[in-house]
Amino acid sequence: MSRNLSVGTAPRPWLRRLILALVTVLFLFPLLGMLEFTLRQTGGGYGLEHWQALFDPENARKYRAMFRGLGNSLLLALLVLVIVLVLIFPTIVLVHLKFPRLQRGLDLLTILPIAIPAIVMVVGFAPVYRWIGKNISSETWPLFLAYGVLVLPFAYRAIATDLNGVDARTLSEAARSLGANWFTVLLRVIAPNVRRGLLNASLLTIAIVLGEFTVSSLLSRRTFQVGLLQLNQTDPFGAVAMSLLSLIVIFALLVLVGVLTGKPRKVRGGRGAGGAGGVGGAGGAQVAVSPVAPALPGVPVGAAVPDSGPHAGPGPASLPETPHPGGAAAGPASPKEGPHAR
Amino acid sequence: MRRISSALGLMPFAVYILLFLALPTLLAVASGFTNKAGRFTLENFSVYQNPVVWQTFWSSTWLSLLTAVLGAVIGALACWALTGVKKDGWIRRMMDAASSVLAQFGGVMLAFAFMVSIGMQAFITVFLRDKMGVDLYANGNWLYTVPGLVLPYLYFQVPLMIITFLPAMEGLRPQWAEAAATLGGTRRTYWTKVGFPVLAPSFLGALLLLFANAFSSYATAAALISQGSQIVPLQVRAALIGETGASNANSAGVLALGMVVVMAIVMVVYSLLMKKAARWQR
Amino acid sequence: MPADATTTNHAAGGVKPTRGGDHASSGTEGLGAAVSLVEVVKKYGSTTVLHGVTLELQPGELVCLLGPSGCGKTTALRCLAGLEEVSGGAVLIGGEDVSAVPVNKRDIGMVFQAYSLFPHLTVAKNVAFGLERRGVPRAARDTRVEDSLRVVGLEGFEDRFPHQLSGGQQQRVALARALVTRPKALLLDEPLSALDAKVRVRLREQIRAIVTELGITTVFVTHDQEEALAISDRVAVMNGGRIEQLGTPEELYRKPATPFVANFVGLSNRLRGVVQADGVLVHGRVLPVGSLDGASVGDEVMAFVRPEHVRVERVGGAGAGSGGAGGALAGDGHGMPGTVVSSGFLGSLRRTVVKLEVDAAGGSEEIAVQHGADDDYEPGEAVILTVAPEPVALQKV
Repeated sequence: MSRNLSVGTAPRPWLRRLILALVTVLFLFPLLGMLEFTLRQTGGGYGLEHWQALFDPENARKYRAMFRGLGNSLLLALLVLVIVLVLIFPTIVLVHLKFPRLQRGLDLLTILPIAIPAIVMVVGFAPVYRWIGKNISSETWPLFLAYGVLVLPFAYRAIATDLNGVDARTLSEAARSLGANWFTVLLRVIAPNVRRGLLNASLLTIAIVLGEFTVSSLLSRRTFQVGLLQLNQTDPFGAVAMSLLSLIVIFALLVLVGVLTGKPRKVRGGRGAGGAGGVGGAGGAQVAVSPVAPALPGVPVGAAVPDSGPHAGPGPASLPETPHPGGAAAGPASPKEGPHAR
Repeated sequence: MRRISSALGLMPFAVYILLFLALPTLLAVASGFTNKAGRFTLENFSVYQNPVVWQTFWSSTWLSLLTAVLGAVIGALACWALTGVKKDGWIRRMMDAASSVLAQFGGVMLAFAFMVSIGMQAFITVFLRDKMGVDLYANGNWLYTVPGLVLPYLYFQVPLMIITFLPAMEGLRPQWAEAAATLGGTRRTYWTKVGFPVLAPSFLGALLLLFANAFSSYATAAALISQGSQIVPLQVRAALIGETGASNANSAGVLALGMVVVMAIVMVVYSLLMKKAARWQR
Repeated sequence: MPADATTTNHAAGGVKPTRGGDHASSGTEGLGAAVSLVEVVKKYGSTTVLHGVTLELQPGELVCLLGPSGCGKTTALRCLAGLEEVSGGAVLIGGEDVSAVPVNKRDIGMVFQAYSLFPHLTVAKNVAFGLERRGVPRAARDTRVEDSLRVVGLEGFEDRFPHQLSGGQQQRVALARALVTRPKALLLDEPLSALDAKVRVRLREQIRAIVTELGITTVFVTHDQEEALAISDRVAVMNGGRIEQLGTPEELYRKPATPFVANFVGLSNRLRGVVQADGVLVHGRVLPVGSLDGASVGDEVMAFVRPEHVRVERVGGAGAGSGGAGGALAGDGHGMPGTVVSSGFLGSLRRTVVKLEVDAAGGSEEIAVQHGADDDYEPGEAVILTVAPEPVALQKV
């Protein structure tokens, strides 16, 4: 028996393990560095001193600014979530259902906040927020309006990818034919079907808002990151411990959501054209959302063709695909080929 | 009527985008063309007579280019390895979540992470110096300079590459490899004749995204480098908070304009390359 | 009762008069097989996917591997191609043991289910890929690519990219690409299953014609029994990693060796019966048996009866049953009484479902009958069914 008769594009197991191990080490060593740092005792040796201090009421004053920043950031995250769910999500659905010709434009528009550096936006935000400060409030909370723009590319991508995976048009037509109005369709029909996209978008929103620094620091508002940097001047141990904690919490949340929503989507409905098209991209636990996937050309994303043996591919990811006879099948409905819809 | 009411549904979003994306962008650009009194002027462009400003643009460019290339190559290798693990397995889940966190969550905290891991007193530094005889800081304290940004930047570039490039990598159909093999091709010819050419446009796109990402990154640099303005975003900071007296919001506008121009060049280069490379795509 | 039904109704399985089945049906002994699987075993870890599959193809023969998904047919094909390594047994191509030869050295041509064209190469360059790997000089390459595209009817498409072609055209390019190197065997892995019904029929006829013309030994994997029966010289019906029956389409249809084959190839009714020395006793008449499948006299069994082998008549009906029972009916006047449940128009014929009163226990069975489209039965109508004495397959209860 000869070895390696099989054909594969993935690296051989030893090479795969080596690469993944190296990447893991690259990812882990700064985090381990943080952990080591926070465990250093003032008197030498290792212990939980700094972690305990963090939640010691006696130190409340020392950490007040940082915790106020955290509170502000959480409030901001909540407000930005409202923007994402009440403004951005319905707009995406509306364009998808009623104005498919605007889709491409929306794709491009939502990349702009990435193409225009945040530091450039700050220059423009400054006069806007000077006005807001004078006329509405100079508190931190109005920042949520600016943050909505910053999270737009990520939230849009997460939701749109999922929406492309369900045949939203048929779903909505079916609901409308049963007498549902637009709000019912959005709330009771579309939203449950893209809950994974909404969940991903929400998580990314929280992560981005909690991690935002550029805009808030230069507009002199007190957010979590601004508070952390300040705290770092007086108590680097506390600042690093808080950073590590928040990184771990967000990571755990993402893993959790990945596990909860990770079941690959079954192909829906009979007219699979829309149903199966986007599956490749949306399938599996996709907590990783690239802001620019739609702008990147790429090979049509798809899963392995179903087959009789277990060789069909790793995991249950192999899904039947609809035939794609060139552009012929893609009628007036915008062609849906994974997340690369153009 | 129906259509009009649907169109009305787009209004809130349109107004929001106008006020918080279009208006700030316009204001940013316009501030470069006005003086303190709000009159039109080209005087602000005198900033570019200062060779230091050109120097920072150059620093930003090579830093972004270097970390983009390194990040793209390392990230692509990681994607390649990830195509070999189960899509719903724990390795993949961990990598997805970790990449998401590291790519999008907080440059300030990444700066902390590097200060305490390879900073002067960090245990790795101490360990290397005392036990291995390698002094990371033999040539001075480089972590708080532009070369010191390379490692921290890679720390978010590699995850961003993984997030962006993995879908393309997974789009490589197993049938292509098998077809190539049945036609007499080896693993090597598969990659040179099929794999690389098919992935090239996606790779290039991801590379440019990484460049843009590094070029506009501010938080990590701001947290690490508290004095001086060695890269463009820090120049903008200096101009905005007026730390060097002479600077003002209007020169910040001019610098911002410079960044927009660089980004625009990137986009144009990208679309030109795409036109040539992607004739076979839809 | 006029037992005049003599014509055979082929509709159920779409059996066409077999073609080229002569050398195959006369046995597989002959010139020496072009391609063979010998006791091939394939395991993934502890699961065995192929349990010793043996199959020999004569030069120029087209054999279909037919079976439901998961039966191992694709795995068998991939073992043949070298895309999977066999765990036991041997693969022979042109009389040589190639079990240890990697896929790219086996000199085979393969067509996949879909999407196997290289998206970044034009049609001409796709087809030329295998020739380049073999170092065929430029000029010869161009001619052969041109010839090959002409064979599949795609001359003039040289400079198109795959995404500019329809699904059927893409598969024809894939076929041209597989054939242009003049391989020792052509392997097709469900090449039509991703296409529209009409294109599928047209393309399978084209494939059959090309294979016949070039005389290339071909293995064709499909789950579509109609497709298999329509184009094969012989069909290997697979189930659970084994070949259940290997034979010409006609043999499979007329003498299914196992209940699985009877069920999978064509439509079958299941009727309860008891094994007798000379056949199986079903509703008062003895039917001939294709294979006992381990049953012995006195066993209770299920007999598989083709819809077109059942004849339906109205009770006291004046010759309404012009239907299609083949051959003379077993016995006269001993039909099974039943009630019509439904009757459906299928174009050239009609299918009527009849509920039989079966036994004293009060159990009943439903049976589908096919007959001429002119006879129409109303639900509730009382009818008499008679079964033609065609060999049936049995399954122990």
